[in-house]
Amino acid sequence: MTGPDLRFNSPMSTGAWVAVVAIAVALAFGLFRMLSDGRFRGTKELHVPHEDHPREPHAWDAVTDALGETELGARATLVQFSSAFCAPCRATRRILADVAEIVPGVVHLEVDAEHHLDLVRRLDILRTPTTLVIDGGGFEIARASGAPRKEQVLSAIPAMDLES
Amino acid sequence: MSETSSQTATQTGIDPRGPQFAAALTVVVILLALLLPQPWALVATVIQTVLFAIGTGLGVQRTPHAWLFKKFVRPRLGAPDELEDPAPPRFAQGVGLAFLVVALAAYVLGATLVAQIALGLALVAAVLNAVFRFCLGCEIYLLIRRFA
Repeated sequence: MTGPDLRFNSPMSTGAWVAVVAIAVALAFGLFRMLSDGRFRGTKELHVPHEDHPREPHAWDAVTDALGETELGARATLVQFSSAFCAPCRATRRILADVAEIVPGVVHLEVDAEHHLDLVRRLDILRTPTTLVIDGGGFEIARASGAPRKEQVLSAIPAMDLES
Repeated sequence: MSETSSQTATQTGIDPRGPQFAAALTVVVILLALLLPQPWALVATVIQTVLFAIGTGLGVQRTPHAWLFKKFVRPRLGAPDELEDPAPPRFAQGVGLAFLVVALAAYVLGATLVAQIALGLALVAAVLNAVFRFCLGCEIYLLIRRFA
């Protein structure tokens, strides 16, 4: 005899096993998404600038390449990727527009992902909504996928640079 | 396109608990398709295929689920916090339909395990929708557009 005997008193059918596994996977994935959605994470462009190698503002360049020149927020630009079949995009739009209105120097920019697929690939966007926080220099400093709460957006906005 | 869909949605949005209720019923029918012996598993698969086809073809406001929701569930609930665009759940019904067509064909051809796996994948999406109001089918849209 090798391995544990997985049968209970009444052996479960294959269909029942598929059902149990599907429900377990759905609950685990749903809980993971509940915890991770809307959480801003620092992104790879965040690193200490070096005098010999000035950073190229890759994220904002990519955005302006795709959309043409648009306003870059002095403090932060919240770039939201949305699509037509996206229920949480509406709530995200409302929250980001709200933040842009109350915080000076913050701009909200919504991008229709399916009409800018090159930009989507370039910035590695996999889901809608995805929100990028781009600083006043055009660098991506954080991103969140899924609808963020207002506090999460506010805490992802960089503090005003006191020297400038 | 997102502008027009959001504009129409503000006028003719749907109660987001409608699709959630529909997903709960979908969970029940798919469970029957997995747990009942034949020929009842096949019957449940046919029923769910037809239901997904109605949701895809006529929209989520014109399904039997939507009728049940309006008639019996919504009167017992308070007003929704906000209305939702009906396009995302309708698209997701189409994704569900694709999985159910595979399951149906596999059951008919005798490939029971294939049918059960296709039903299991549809069940994952339906549970996510019913419990978390999270639309897995909707997320497939951008991925298809990105990689297709």
